[in-house]
Amino acid sequence: MSEFTFNLAWLIPLPTLIAFFLIILFTNKNKRLSSNIALAGVFTAWLLSWIVAFLAFFGPDVEIRPFDMSIPWIPTGETMFSIGVMVDGVTALMLFMVGIVLSMIFLYSTGYMSFPGFMDDILKRGDLPEEEENRVEKAKKEGLDPRYSRFFAYISLFATGMLGLVVADNLLMLFIFWEIMGLCSYLLIGFWYNKKYPDPKQITPPQAGLKAFLTTRVGDVLLMAGMIFLFIFAGDLNFQHVFAPETLHHVTEATVTLPFFGTVSWAVVIAILIFWGAIGKSAQFPLHVWLPDAMEGPTPVSALIHAATMVSAGVYLIVRMWPVFAASGHGENGAVTFVAFIGAFTAIFAATIAVAQNDIKKVLAYSTISQLGFMFAALGIGAWIAAIFHLIMHAFFKGLLFLGSGSVIHGVEHGHHHAHEHGHGDGHEEGYFDPQDMMNMGGLLKRMPKTGWTFIIGAAALSGFPLITAGFWSKDEILADAWATHHQVVFWTLAIAALLTAFYSFRAVFLTFFGKPRTEAAAHAPESVNSMTLPLMVLAFFAVVLGWIGIPESWTFLGPLAANPLGGYLGEMAETYGLHHAELPFIPVAVSVSMIVALGGIFLAWLVYGRKPLQAGQQDPLVRWLGPVHKVLKNKYYFDEFYDLIAVRPTLWLARAAYWFDRTVIDFIVNTVGRFGRWIAHFTRTAIDEWFIDGAVNGTGLVATATGSVLRLVQSGQVQQYLLVMLLTVLILIGVAEIIF
Amino acid sequence: MALQILFLIVAILTLGSAIGTVIARNLFHAALFLIGTFAGVAFFYVLLQAEFLAVSQVVVYIGAIATLIIFAIMLTRSVMGREAGALNQWAGIVAVASALIIAALIWLFTIVKFDVNPQPVPDDAIAQIGKGFVSTYVIPFEVVSILLLVALIGAIMLARERHQ
Amino acid sequence: MVAPLSWYLFLGAALFGIGFFGVLARRNAVAVLMGVELMLNAVNINILAFWRFVRPDDPTGQIFSIFVLAVAAAEAAVGLALIISIYRTRRTVNIDEIDLLKH
Repeated sequence: MSEFTFNLAWLIPLPTLIAFFLIILFTNKNKRLSSNIALAGVFTAWLLSWIVAFLAFFGPDVEIRPFDMSIPWIPTGETMFSIGVMVDGVTALMLFMVGIVLSMIFLYSTGYMSFPGFMDDILKRGDLPEEEENRVEKAKKEGLDPRYSRFFAYISLFATGMLGLVVADNLLMLFIFWEIMGLCSYLLIGFWYNKKYPDPKQITPPQAGLKAFLTTRVGDVLLMAGMIFLFIFAGDLNFQHVFAPETLHHVTEATVTLPFFGTVSWAVVIAILIFWGAIGKSAQFPLHVWLPDAMEGPTPVSALIHAATMVSAGVYLIVRMWPVFAASGHGENGAVTFVAFIGAFTAIFAATIAVAQNDIKKVLAYSTISQLGFMFAALGIGAWIAAIFHLIMHAFFKGLLFLGSGSVIHGVEHGHHHAHEHGHGDGHEEGYFDPQDMMNMGGLLKRMPKTGWTFIIGAAALSGFPLITAGFWSKDEILADAWATHHQVVFWTLAIAALLTAFYSFRAVFLTFFGKPRTEAAAHAPESVNSMTLPLMVLAFFAVVLGWIGIPESWTFLGPLAANPLGGYLGEMAETYGLHHAELPFIPVAVSVSMIVALGGIFLAWLVYGRKPLQAGQQDPLVRWLGPVHKVLKNKYYFDEFYDLIAVRPTLWLARAAYWFDRTVIDFIVNTVGRFGRWIAHFTRTAIDEWFIDGAVNGTGLVATATGSVLRLVQSGQVQQYLLVMLLTVLILIGVAEIIF
Repeated sequence: MALQILFLIVAILTLGSAIGTVIARNLFHAALFLIGTFAGVAFFYVLLQAEFLAVSQVVVYIGAIATLIIFAIMLTRSVMGREAGALNQWAGIVAVASALIIAALIWLFTIVKFDVNPQPVPDDAIAQIGKGFVSTYVIPFEVVSILLLVALIGAIMLARERHQ
Repeated sequence: MVAPLSWYLFLGAALFGIGFFGVLARRNAVAVLMGVELMLNAVNINILAFWRFVRPDDPTGQIFSIFVLAVAAAEAAVGLALIISIYRTRRTVNIDEIDLLKH
């Protein structure tokens, strides 16, 4: 196994791309075949990723000397864009995570994408075109989503985007795959495009897709601007080239004077612009609003794109570009401080919202935003390794939680149908039933044991349940780093956020799985099929065990036992990036705080929801205790309304004003000009046209007719004759030229 | 010296076969003469040390275009029988005019002096062509690609059978 | 070098004239196209001769003769398709019977 094997990285994004084209072009009609093609594609990609990843872990020292291979692509005059692949420590870790998470979620989707309940309602309404209706009827008989194949095509394309992003060796290529993911995210959020809700205020899937697309676009435009500036100053976008000390030095030396900020180095400007791309993609404050609404998409999509992979691509981008951030310097003007601030603020901000949500997927969505905030905060305080560690761990347990919630929703929806068909339903159930509302659940652990236990493991990992779970080790490392680097504000903010995290995670667990079923639907919910529960168990295994690779060596007893392979592996890489990586000492304060907040949050959740489970129809006790605060949290600090006020409404208003201006002012001018023109026309017609021009035209016509009748004799229609005349003319011209010169 | 005699022999063969192309009564014979001319031209490319062009000439002209022409002849063959003659009524004038064109061109080439450069062909001439296509001439290259694509689609559209 | 520049140029001129004769004097449209091919070949000989004798260090000459080659291929494809299309509707490929321009 030589370094040459790393060239396999070129192939990693291909299998899923081929699957995408095969499904879209050929096998769209055959649903089972399409999903099998997608599975084959993603499993091949998984195999290739793991070969590369494990070779990188145990083989050549790519963490010190990254493998980079590129070929020229577009010449741009003096410079050249290239495409290429790079394998280093971070790439290897990401490949390890992405490969398995993608595969598990694909597998899960084969079970999850059964015939959706809302399609039944659409069929009942009967307003579909006939052809469409036949298709849906057929899908209902098969028990699969009417657009099952298309779903697999989209997620295959998404997989290509994610895998390509991870192996890309330059920022431009990374950006291209980044946008492919954005496109797939849009397509998949709006996947159930004909789903409608009785409440007109509730956002529908196509609207949510548009919102996600437009919001991330804000970040992407800024990222692109950053990329262009980087290209101008670095001359190339290849990572190895950009991170060379000379290039970084050059970028840092160049300065620019901005209004309000004074003179700053270009490195700061570029770093902040790039960070805005990450803010958009990873749904950080203030561009976080799209992610909760993105939950309108099918649950595997939420797990795949909006929890495990795409949103963490923002973190990956910053991890990748870290040398630029480091070069931009710390302190007041440094981009790094900005990263820390946004991260820590988002972590606590989103965690507070998550506490007041009743929709199980919304809770997880805000939790994702909050956890991504943890990662950015970690990056901002220089805890590069801790951020990567948390990124990988989070992908596993958050993917697990989302898949678990999907399984729960699926079960409750089936239970709802079951209850209906057998006449168990009470009268009030006839209206709209929300299978995602945790108030409609309860006691599901008995009905769905596999889903329940894996969900609890995931929630424990998310809460950072001490010593056992992966989440504890990664979160503890972030907190310890914050303490060790004397970032007190960040430390306490994150500690409170972690407390809230544990609270809302177990609030969800208690509301969903414990107590008595609060609806007939929950009482009849069946366990999900094996293709759904198997991925849950695999991910649950990793959500616990994987944390042990990052136990700090300074820990008593456990440290030397596990020997912290992750820290050692990435530590060497961090040093080549010029990051100072000191071995963390064992900090009793940090450790006890992280244990106390995790256990404390879980205990609080038990006090409120576990000790006395909610009865059917009972109000959430938080509503009474928090009062108006709860209302603010429930409405997400009114951010949607705020953006509606400052962005959406002004745009609409401007459009309406422009419309009014067009209708009244412009139309008036145009009409006046038109009337004036008509008057002139009338005058010219009678005075000039009919008398003078017509005479001239008719005269010309007569002349032309006369000439034509003579010349038509020459027009034989014979092309060769024309050519001959042309040839003779040329010869005559040559002859004339010869005589003259 | 021997090569110059060879040059002259091949030149005479090429031109003779070109004349055959334009006067042969039977279109198949004309097509065969045409192939002969193409082969002769390829020989001159070799003499000019444009090996890549010589190979392209053989592949594109003899391999593709000549085949295409023979296909066209076969597809339109049923009318060949009632051809009154291979040449039209102006053939005489055209022959004189063409001879004059040739004479004029030869006269032009004798009076203009070109500054001949005795450099040898560089070793990496073919690599230079490749590099030229992706750097200096990248846009003409793309345009030609599109032209070929359009011609391909256009040819299919024109030649396909229309079923009502 | 085997032969002087002028020989190639004369050869090209002769081939061009013969091709031109073919284009103007043949009745069959396919034969006319053959004449066009001869003319294009003549042009290529000229281009390559100038490349070899005047600027052998610059690949431009070769590149342009490749362009000519590509355009010739496109021309042949479209031209022959046109001929077949005309043959279908008019049952003839004789140029002097194809005088739609007149009618």
